[in-house]
This record gives sequence, structure tokens and C-alpha cells, in this order.
Amino acid sequence: MRSSIRFLAAASFAALSLVSGAAMAEDKIVIGTEGAYPPFNELKKDGTLVGFDIDIAKALCEEMKASCTFVTNDWDGIIPALQAKKFDAIIASMSITPERLQKVDFSAKYYNTPPAIAVPKDSPLKDASPESLKGKTLGAQGSTTHANYAEKHLNAAELKIYPTADEYKLDVAAGRIDGVVDDIVVLTEWVKSAEGACCKILAPLPVDEEINGKGAGIAVRKGDTELADKFTKAIAGIRASGKYKEIQDKYFDFDVYGK
Amino acid sequence: MSHALELIPPRPAPPEAYRQVTPARLFGFALLALWFLLGLALLGMMVFNWDTEKFVKYGPRYISGLGVTLTLVTTSIIFGALLSLPITFARMSKNRVLNTLSYVYVYVFRSTPLLAQLFLIYYGLGMFRPQLEQVGLWWFFKDAWYCGLLSFALNTAAYQAEILRGAIQSVPRGQHEGAASLGIPKAVTFFKIILPQALIVALRPYGNEIILMIKGSAVVAIVTVFDLMGETRYAFSRTFDYQAYLWAAIFYLAIVEALRHVWAWLEARLTRHLKR
Amino acid sequence: MGGLSSAFGSIWATFLDLFDPFCGRFGIFTLFGDGSLLACGVDGWGDEIGFGVKITMALALATLPLGLIIGFLVALAAQSEEKSLRLSAGVYTTIFRGLPELLTIFIIYYGLQMLIQTVLAAIGFEQRIEINAFLAGMAALAIVNSAYSSEVMLSAFRAIPKGQYEAGAALGLSRTKTMLLIVLPQLIRIALPGLNNLWMILLKDTSYISVIGLSEIMRQTGVAARNTKEAFFFYSIACGLYLLLAMLSSFGLSFIDRWAKRSEVGR
Repeated sequence: MRSSIRFLAAASFAALSLVSGAAMAEDKIVIGTEGAYPPFNELKKDGTLVGFDIDIAKALCEEMKASCTFVTNDWDGIIPALQAKKFDAIIASMSITPERLQKVDFSAKYYNTPPAIAVPKDSPLKDASPESLKGKTLGAQGSTTHANYAEKHLNAAELKIYPTADEYKLDVAAGRIDGVVDDIVVLTEWVKSAEGACCKILAPLPVDEEINGKGAGIAVRKGDTELADKFTKAIAGIRASGKYKEIQDKYFDFDVYGK
Repeated sequence: MSHALELIPPRPAPPEAYRQVTPARLFGFALLALWFLLGLALLGMMVFNWDTEKFVKYGPRYISGLGVTLTLVTTSIIFGALLSLPITFARMSKNRVLNTLSYVYVYVFRSTPLLAQLFLIYYGLGMFRPQLEQVGLWWFFKDAWYCGLLSFALNTAAYQAEILRGAIQSVPRGQHEGAASLGIPKAVTFFKIILPQALIVALRPYGNEIILMIKGSAVVAIVTVFDLMGETRYAFSRTFDYQAYLWAAIFYLAIVEALRHVWAWLEARLTRHLKR
Repeated sequence: MGGLSSAFGSIWATFLDLFDPFCGRFGIFTLFGDGSLLACGVDGWGDEIGFGVKITMALALATLPLGLIIGFLVALAAQSEEKSLRLSAGVYTTIFRGLPELLTIFIIYYGLQMLIQTVLAAIGFEQRIEINAFLAGMAALAIVNSAYSSEVMLSAFRAIPKGQYEAGAALGLSRTKTMLLIVLPQLIRIALPGLNNLWMILLKDTSYISVIGLSEIMRQTGVAARNTKEAFFFYSIACGLYLLLAMLSSFGLSFIDRWAKRSEVGR
């Protein structure tokens, strides 16, 4: 019943949709996110987007007095989609890294958490040192800082790259890979949930600023500094007004903004 | 009664109506110009965005990806060919059960997407780790490359069985009867008389199947194998540079075109006795 | 006006409620999936997967005519007397038959959007043209499909004797009329078996569009598989649904086949 109505809606936007130039104007911003990275952003089964990123984005838009719409896009195509103007900004826990800065511009960070490594509960791994990782296989999501980190610092192990976090979770649960590298918050939430019952956090990993960047920021098209500055200002605004803390406390019991 | 008394003397043929500009030619040139511009734009993109550092960094990875793609396709074609033989015989046998089973096999594998088959084998069977460990097959299903190989081999076996069956059935009945009347045993008839003729018929469809397999093999990139497509996605994820896809396109086109030319040569060579 | 359309909408909704094959009153997931993973509504994935099937079918059905028309034009160019036309058709088929579908889809999805954007910006048109996954998928699949169908039609063109064209000319028909009234009807009949095959390929190729985020069968079952960790079950369902679509298609296609061959009966 619900699906049939959605089908009609989908069929009607199958016509080439001409979004008017107003989308570029200041009061309307289209925000791209992934929707598969709980607890930061997650597309629920009923089609609603929830998560820390989403709440922050809504608060920022309110602060900027802009009306925002959300679009989900697969992670590995999210920067090309931004460049192709499918949306104006990415709020999807994207770390500000030198590599990405060559292609997009960023606002200031809106949170910063370190990476970690998670392994199955019965794993023989004791630590994340090169000696113990030798001959093991690690998983990470593609196009992420975590994949790059594993490639540089954990290169004693073989690295497998997955399109979404859900897929490496399936594979580590199945025992195909010996561990996964991702954001510590994401992994902590996951091992707490029923799906992550297979696994535990082995250790947080030391941050390499060259790779992990200076925290997660809001990506905009190269040269769109005006929008980036607005977001930066709005982040400072919600931090000052207490709105940030309110959202943070809803999800976490620690400070995600970092020092 | 009237008849021509004077014959018209022979005249040269009228000059050919030579029209320099026909709409078709105009259109054709416009299209060619479009292709040329597109090619030039792509070339320009590659020249102006040339980055030796990236080339040195990702070039070898592309080559290794190419190697993975080629070995994966070759191995699955070979295993598929071996598997297709019993299926073909079952398909042509008069035994109802065998016939139905092989028909169902071919039908199922030919009418579901390769992507779905691969996911079913990789993620689906991945759930049965304890059972697979018990029968000692987990090492096989643990590895994404083997899973890719298995699903490709199963898939191509279904297609190859149909190709082979069609080819064998295309050999005229008279060939069987001729062999029988010469007192040649059935097995010898099949291998020395029927199969060589059938394989010539099957040559072209086999070539097409290999090309389809090369193209289809790109899906293993989604289950973490670093084949040519996997390396492309990797390079793209690191550089966000569209050239990554352009290079992949060049590689795939080169393989497919090379194969097509080899196949055309092979066909011309093998059928030269049929030319009149 | 609003009242009328909402009245129409509610009639349509009632109709779908009754006859939706998946989650309608008599849908398979309603009848057999209740309480299981395939239930309709918020608890199960029945409605999501049913939606995926509809998108897959809509995509394949929308792509087919486009692919056939482009394929016909390419075939027409490939058998033209004009060398430049033959050459450009050759370039087209070489490229799009040689590229993996997955790659073509990526290139079209991101490349086409950027191309349009650049061209529009160059002529000073600052509007945003959004190509959604459905349209990009349709374009990519139509291109891949047309490269194949042009081959099928080209060989069908060659099977039509030159005398047919000459007969058309002798009757004083224009070239367009000869093509439409004499050649095309024969062409369709000759090409039909090959085109049937292409439809099956197209149906399967729609699965590739899942990688650019269109909610078709593969995508929806994949999401369900990852959420419930029941990968084997949901990917089997996906295979089963494709099988079902293939069976339905062969039923429909055999009907068309019989219709096309109706004049040959009795020979």
C-alpha cells in the first residue's frame, strides 16, 4: 500500500527534473549524506534519515536560516556527485584531509574522533602491532580515511575494501576477515548492538593527521568558500548556543568535538 | 507491324550522378566530427591533467588488476567448459530426470543476473561458516577470488552448455548415419566426426561468451577483489580523478578488441576448407 | 480539480490495494509472508522488495523502446552507402560493446551530468539539471542495449534481399516509405528471436543500476540482507524474483512470437 504510493512518486520524478536556479541561492541548500553510517547518519527503513550528522545539519540550517533538503548517495560516489552538483554540501562525517582538499573545500570541523580496530570476540589478536597483524586480513570502507590509514600504518595485514560499512560488518561476522578499521564511535555503537555481538574493540589507533585530517567537516564544491564560511560560522554558532551539546548528549556520553 | 528499322548506336553509359553533398553524407560527417571532438576532449583531458606521480603510483596497480581479471576469466572459462560437458550430455539425453535437471540448471543460471549469483555465493554462503568448516570447504568460500571463480564458472557453464548443444545439434543427421554405415563406434563418431564440425559452428558464440565474461567479471570488484575494475575504483577513491575510469575503459576496450580480432583470424583460419 | 485528482488517487490506491501482486490484499507477500521477514509494512521487507520489482520492471520497460530505436538508427547507419556514417556507427558499437556495463553506467551517471553542466555553463545557463539514478540508468542501459540490438538488426537487414528495395522503388514509393512499409515489417520478424534474447539480457542488466543507488530488486534485497544479516535468504529471493520475471517474459514473448508468425501458419 505504502509502496505503491511511493512508486507513483518515484515514477513521477522519473521525468527529467529541472531544479530551478533557486537551489543555488542562499536560502535553499541541498545536503548530501550517505545514510549507512550509524550512529552518524542512517537511512531508516521507513525512509527517514536519522543520526548525529543529520541533527547537526538541521541545527546548522536553522542557524543559517536556510531551508535544507537531504539527498542520500553511496559513499564512493559522494564527492563526484557533489562536483556534478547533485547537492551543494556533504554532511556525512567526512574527514578534512589533504587528499580531499585538492578536490573540495571544507568548513571547519564539527567533530573529531580517532580511528579504532575491532575484531571478533574469539580473535587471537592481542594488539594492533605489525608483528601480530602479519598475515591477517583487515577490512575497511573504500574512499575513507580508515582505508588509507590501514594501508599506511597496518600494512602488515592484507586490506580488503568494501563499498559500505554494512558489508565489512557482514564479512567480519562471517569470519572472512580478521578485523575492521573504522571510526571508534561507529565501532563502539556497532559492538554494543545485537548485530555487532560477534565483535569487540581491540584498540583505538593513534591518529595520523596527514591521513585522518583535522576531524570531520562539511564539504562544498571547490571555490564555494562562501558556503563553507557560512557553515563554519554556523558551527561556532550552535556550539555557543548550546544546541551542539544538546545534540551530542542525545547520542554520546563524551565530547565528540575533540580538542 | 512496326519495328525499329534503325538501331540506336551504342552509347557510353550516362555519367554517374555525382552528388557531392547528400544529407546522409552531411550527417555522417557531423557524427564523425562529434566523435573526433569527443576523442580530442578526452585526449586533452589526459594530456593536461597528466600527473606522472599518479601514473607511477597507480600504473602498476592497473597492470596487476588486468592480470587478476585475465586469470579469473581464463580459469572460469576453462572450469565452465569442463562443467558444461556433462550438462550438455544431460541436456541431450533421453533420460527424463537428467534432461529436466540440466534444463532447470541452464534456465536458472541464464535468467538470473551474475551480480545476484555472486552475492548469493559470497555473502549468502558466507553465513554458513560452521557448516562449511565442518566439510572443510571454508578456505574456499573465505576467499572472494574463489567465490568469484565459482559463480563465474557456474554461470558460464550454463551458457556454454547451450552453445555446445546448439552446435552439436546443428551437425546434420547424415553425418551420424554415414559414420554408422561405415561401422565406426559411437564414441569415435562423436569425437572425430561430430565434435570437430560442431566446434566450428560454436566458435563464434564461444568468442562472444568470453567477451561477455570479461565484461561481466567487473562485478567482482564489488566483493573486494582487486581486478581491473577494483583497481579503478581504488584509484578513483584516492584521486577523485575521472581519468581512472578512462584508463579502465581503454584497457577493457583493448582486451575485447584484441580478442575479437584474434577470434576473427581464428575463424577465417579454421573454416578455410569451407570457403568456395 | 484537487478534489477530482484526489478522488482519482483514492480509486487508484484502492485498485492497487486489491491487485498489487506483492503487498495488495491478495499479494504473495501478504498471503505467505505474514509474520516473517517478508511481511509487508514496517516489520518486514515485503513492501520494499515489491517496490524494487516494480522499479526493475519500469526501468526495463522504459529502456527497451529507447534501446531499440537507437539500435535501429545505428544499424541503419551501419548499412548505409555513406562511408562516414558506417564509420561512426562502427565506433559506437565498438565502444559500447567493449565496455563493461558497470563501467558504462559509472561513466554515464557522473560523466553525463558533468558534461551537461559544463555545456550549460558555457552557454551561460546557470540552472541545475538533475539526472537521477533512474534516468542515468535508463540512458546507460539503452546505450548498451542499442549496441547489441544494432548488431541483431544489421544481420536482419542483410537477410532482406535487395529486390525488396528495388520493388519498392519500382512501385514509386519514396525511400522512407519503402523502409517503413516494406523493409521494417520484414526486419522485425527476422530480428525477433535476437531481440527476445536482448530483452532477457536487459532484464538482467538492470541489476547493475543498483550500484548507483536506484532502489531496484538487487538494491532492496541487499539492504534487507545487510540489515537482517539473512544474506542467503534475501539473495535467494532476489534470484527467485529475476527468475519469475524471466518466466513471465518468456510467456509474453512466446505470445508475440506467435503473433509475428501468424502469416506463416499453414506453410
